[in-house]
Formats: sequence, structure tokens, C-alpha cells
Amino acid sequence: MASGQERILRRRIRSIDATKKITRAMELIAASRIVRAQARVRAARPYSDKVTAVIANLASAGGEADHPLLREPAEVSKVAYVAIAADRGLCGGYNNNVLRATERAIAADAAEGRDYELVLSGRKALGYFRFRNYRIAAGFEGFSDQPSYADAQQVAAAATELFENGCQRVMLAYTQFHSMGNQSVAIVPFMPLDSGEFDEADGAEDSGGGPEGGYEFEPEPAVILERLLPRYAEARLYSALLEASASEHAARQRAMKAATDNAEELKTNLTRVMNRARQDAITTEIMEIVGGAEALAQTGGEVDLLSDTIEARTADLFRARE
Amino acid sequence: MQVELVSPEAVLFSGECSQVVTRTVDGDIAFLDHHAAFIGALDIGQTQLWASDGIVTLALNRGFVEVSNNVVTILSDAAYAADEIDVAAAQADLEAARAAVAADDDDDDAKAALAWAETRIAVASAD
Repeated sequence: MASGQERILRRRIRSIDATKKITRAMELIAASRIVRAQARVRAARPYSDKVTAVIANLASAGGEADHPLLREPAEVSKVAYVAIAADRGLCGGYNNNVLRATERAIAADAAEGRDYELVLSGRKALGYFRFRNYRIAAGFEGFSDQPSYADAQQVAAAATELFENGCQRVMLAYTQFHSMGNQSVAIVPFMPLDSGEFDEADGAEDSGGGPEGGYEFEPEPAVILERLLPRYAEARLYSALLEASASEHAARQRAMKAATDNAEELKTNLTRVMNRARQDAITTEIMEIVGGAEALAQTGGEVDLLSDTIEARTADLFRARE
Repeated sequence: MQVELVSPEAVLFSGECSQVVTRTVDGDIAFLDHHAAFIGALDIGQTQLWASDGIVTLALNRGFVEVSNNVVTILSDAAYAADEIDVAAAQADLEAARAAVAADDDDDDAKAALAWAETRIAVASAD
């Protein structure tokens, strides 16, 4: 005997409740994935630290050949952007923030007469730039959740190809993961590699001093460096992918937590509205019955008999709402 | 000496070893305790670690080795122990690589794939 409005409200509450269950599950999944992603960021660090240290040692041993990856360009006429976003949405502003920042950087370059190339990672990045009719040199998708080193190698290969063919600079746009509650979009220079980084690593590595008597090399330092620099680029890209993935999960967790909280609030409000509607309906019905009885009494009808009916009907009324 | 085998995704091995044999692009090389500081580029080949609980043999697909202060660090994109090698897949790669080399004698990628497949099979069957 529920009134129309009450039925509609009840249906809405049920649907909100179902949505809430989903967003809550997604929140929990994202939370557990952040932990895993952080562990992967940590696990990747020894390799990139070591590669950096070895390059530093090579460089100090005079192996700092005139490698293209280390050469600062005299003039920049074309910049390649490697933008890292997610494959899926439902993660708040995560995708938009990094993609908008990339778009702004491209616009700023255009204002200075520089052309662009785009290497995109993540389905959302592809959709974003395709919709806006940007030229996309290479796109990758399907691994933003859990990027592997092989994925990083693919993206790095695409970036290297652009760097070797017309782009004097490659920038990396991704979301840095500082902590659970703090991530920020960063656009950092990727290629040419920053040789200053190797000098720093040299000082930080082995505070016990370098090896006595310098290194032996096999083969020539320059040859090793040539093989090592691409690995370094890959390792850097890999760590960017991992950080972006951790940030994605953190953003999703926050977004889903907000959604769950909103659903809860909506449910409380709607339940309140529904109860009021229910009470109104009961009151109206009682008023009608009482009004009818009164009218009968005035015309001299049998009120006693009627009062039983009223009682029975009101009881019915309440039972129906249980 | 301390030996660390590090891949981009994880530290695969870390422990004391009495001897390490690996293959640089110039040939096989062995490291004993207190080896002089050394940096080398590794070729496709087998690497053996004399660990406290036995010899570990690994198939390495290129990489780098650094020795300093009695610590040997091996960096490699791909390093597999015998029980991690999918012999059937390696066998299939071997056939494909042989065909590719037969078709084009100058295909360096195919030659590398061939060497990598042979190394994996050798490591897997030696166990």
C-alpha cells in the first residue's frame, strides 16, 4: 500500500546501496594495489641506482664519450612528450591533471615556435589527445595497472626513436608519487640524459671512497657506456611508469572513498525523506478514516461498530509498513 | 665476497659466494675474493655463482657486471635459473631463430635470439 513516492524512494535507496557496495570494493582494491605498487617502486630502485653508479664510474674513468644521449642540443625545434596516464577512469582528476599539463606544455612550446611529438601510455591519454586531434607518434595501453619492465622498454624505444629522428628533447609527463596522500604532476626532461645526475651519484655511492686504483674495463669504457645509457633511459622510464601506477591507485582510492561517502550521505538523506513521506501517507489515511467516522456519528450511524473497523484498519495500515 | 644479481624489477640473488664465472663480450671471466675493481658488459651466456648452498647456474641475456670493494654486482634485464626456464618456449625460439638466421645470414637480432635460446636450453638441461 506504499504510496508512489515512497516506492520510488525505496528503489533509489536500493540502487544507491548497490553502487556504494561497488565503490567500496573498488576503494579496497585500490588501497591494496597501492601497497603492491609501492613495493614495486622500491624493488626497482637497486637496479636504477646501480646503473647510475656504474655510469658515474665510467664517466669518471674517461668513458664519457660524445654519446648522442648525453649531448645537449644547441637549438630545440621539436620536443617529444611522453605522457603517462591510466587505462581506466574513475580515479578523480588523475588522468586529466597530467594530460592537461602536457597539453599546456605543448601549447607553451608552440608559442615559442617549437613543434611537438607525442608518445602516450594509457588508454585515457590516447582518447584525450585523439579527440583533440593531436598528432600521436606512438601509443601504448593495457599496462597502467601493473607496468612491467618490458612495457617500459617499448615506450623507451618509441621515445628514443623520436629523439634520434628530429626531436632534440624528450620530456616525461607523469604523476610523481611522494606518499599515500601526496602526488603531483611533473614534466621532467628525459632525453638528453642529465649528465649532472651521474656526478651526484658518484658522490653518494660508496661513501667509503671509490675502488683503489680505478677500474678495469672490458670492453672499452665508451663501448660499455654506449650499451648502458639506453638501459639507464629504460630504467628511468620504468620507475616513472611505476610511480604513475602507484599514483593512479592512490587517486582511485581517494575518488572511490569520496564516492562511498557520498553514497552513504545520499542514502541517509533519502531515507529521511522516505520516512517523512511514509508518515504523511499514514497521517492522511488516519485523518480520512477519522473524518469518515465523525461524519457517520453526526448522521447518527453506529459508531461503535465503526470504531472496531477503524482500529482494525489502522492496525493493518501499520502492519503494512513494517 | 658479496654477490648481488639485480634485474630492473627485483633483486634476484643476494649472498656470499666463493666464485663467480660469467661471460663478458670479450670472453669468459671469473671473479674470486678481492678481485680488482672491474666493469664489464656481459654477453648472452651462462653465469655461475658458487653460493654457500651449491652452484647456481643462470642464463643471462646480456647485462653488466661491476666489481668493487669485494662486491660483485650483476645487472641484467633477463636472468633465469634452470627451474625458471620454459624449455618448450626456448625450443620454439630456437627453431624460429635458426630459420631466421638461415634466411638472412646478417640478421644480428636473429643471431642473438639463437644464442639466447641455446643458452637457456643448455642451462635447463645441465641441471
